[in-house]
Amino acid sequence: MNEEARIEAVGLAMSRNDRYIFTDLNFFLEAGQILQVEGHNGSGKTTMLRILCGLTLPTDGEIRWCGENIRKNLAEFHAQLAYVGHAPGIKDDLTPLENLELARNMDRARPGVSGEEVLERLQLPAFCDDVPCRNLSAGQRRRVALGRLLMLDAQLWVLDEPFTALDPSGRRLVEELLSEHAKAGGMAVMTTHHAVNLDGCPVERLQLGT
Amino acid sequence: MSEAKLGVAFFTLLRRDLMLAYRHRAQMMNPLLFFVIVVSLFPLGLDPEPELLHTIAPGVIWVAALLAAMLSLDTMFRSDFEDGSLEQLLLTPHPLPLLVLAKILAHWLVSGLPLLLLAPLLGMLLNLGSEGLFPLLATLLLGTPILSLIGSIGVALTVGLRGGGVLLSLLILPLFIPVLIFAAAAVGNAEAGIDITGQLAFLGSLLAAAFALAPLATAAALRISLN
Repeated sequence: MNEEARIEAVGLAMSRNDRYIFTDLNFFLEAGQILQVEGHNGSGKTTMLRILCGLTLPTDGEIRWCGENIRKNLAEFHAQLAYVGHAPGIKDDLTPLENLELARNMDRARPGVSGEEVLERLQLPAFCDDVPCRNLSAGQRRRVALGRLLMLDAQLWVLDEPFTALDPSGRRLVEELLSEHAKAGGMAVMTTHHAVNLDGCPVERLQLGT
Repeated sequence: MSEAKLGVAFFTLLRRDLMLAYRHRAQMMNPLLFFVIVVSLFPLGLDPEPELLHTIAPGVIWVAALLAAMLSLDTMFRSDFEDGSLEQLLLTPHPLPLLVLAKILAHWLVSGLPLLLLAPLLGMLLNLGSEGLFPLLATLLLGTPILSLIGSIGVALTVGLRGGGVLLSLLILPLFIPVLIFAAAAVGNAEAGIDITGQLAFLGSLLAAAFALAPLATAAALRISLN
């Protein structure tokens, strides 16, 4: 991973329905850091993450990846990005394994990782292998969605409420993934209301909507 | 470090859409069934005189094909939008217009190509002569991809809207009209023994223009819909 990598928000402002949900937001994140975005419902957490990914255009300000506005080279930035949003981004008619292979073939794959290994890591019961995702529980589907993080060779993870619908062992799993990622020099931005415990990795905090 | 490969992504997406269509066979059959029903009702509603049917055959088959295409368009991006797959598509390092092209191609293979296969049968039902059959197939071969290509722009613009179906028809039906006019006229002219190279060339040029421009417009529209 690129140790010089740095993502930076400069003077971000976003308005919805003629009302600013946040203005003049500045922060940066360097390799190995994890940022937890907090704020009450409607404070613009999800919007902020979508701006960070380049899905939504901010009203003002810009996001810089390694010092350059992401809009200048979206493809290069997206090659470094893995996003798990509110919508799981998995196809309900495909099996978990098919979904993981799909994620891998569509993006920059992590070398030497097979779908089976990832499924094992996600601790899905064995019978889930050949069941379409629509027959899985919400928590199991969330695990499949998070599997994308393991399939892709992305330095920046953007996670919107990754703990939703997960049981304690699932939450523990996500925390493990995050601390491994940070130790390997990755970075992550996530929204959650849970207190996260990442085995000694410091978690930066950003409060929205104050 | 590995690189994302565009060719792999293109064929993965194409294969995925075909596989999903196959797993929803019944839903995919709906527009085809509609096509067959509409065409086969005409001889019942009108005077079943061979001469009359012979005259209206090109128009009826083309109008039915156009409506069947409209019916199937709505599904092009709907489920991807709802389950978040569309966001993920936007976040790949690949050029979005080419990924969109894979989806359009899949849509045509599932909904356009079968119309082409059914058309000779329906042509026979409406007493379309053998000299009209080849032109009918040629116009469908050139015309149905145009419907998928132009339709994708409309679907991409309306995918984020609730009840976008009516708006979709209003947006894209006017753009389908030239295809309908030239295609139906070509089949009619061929029946009357008039040369149709002009009409076919016009349809071909429309197809070339739509092929080059529609994926770009659709990609831009998707970015707006997901903003």
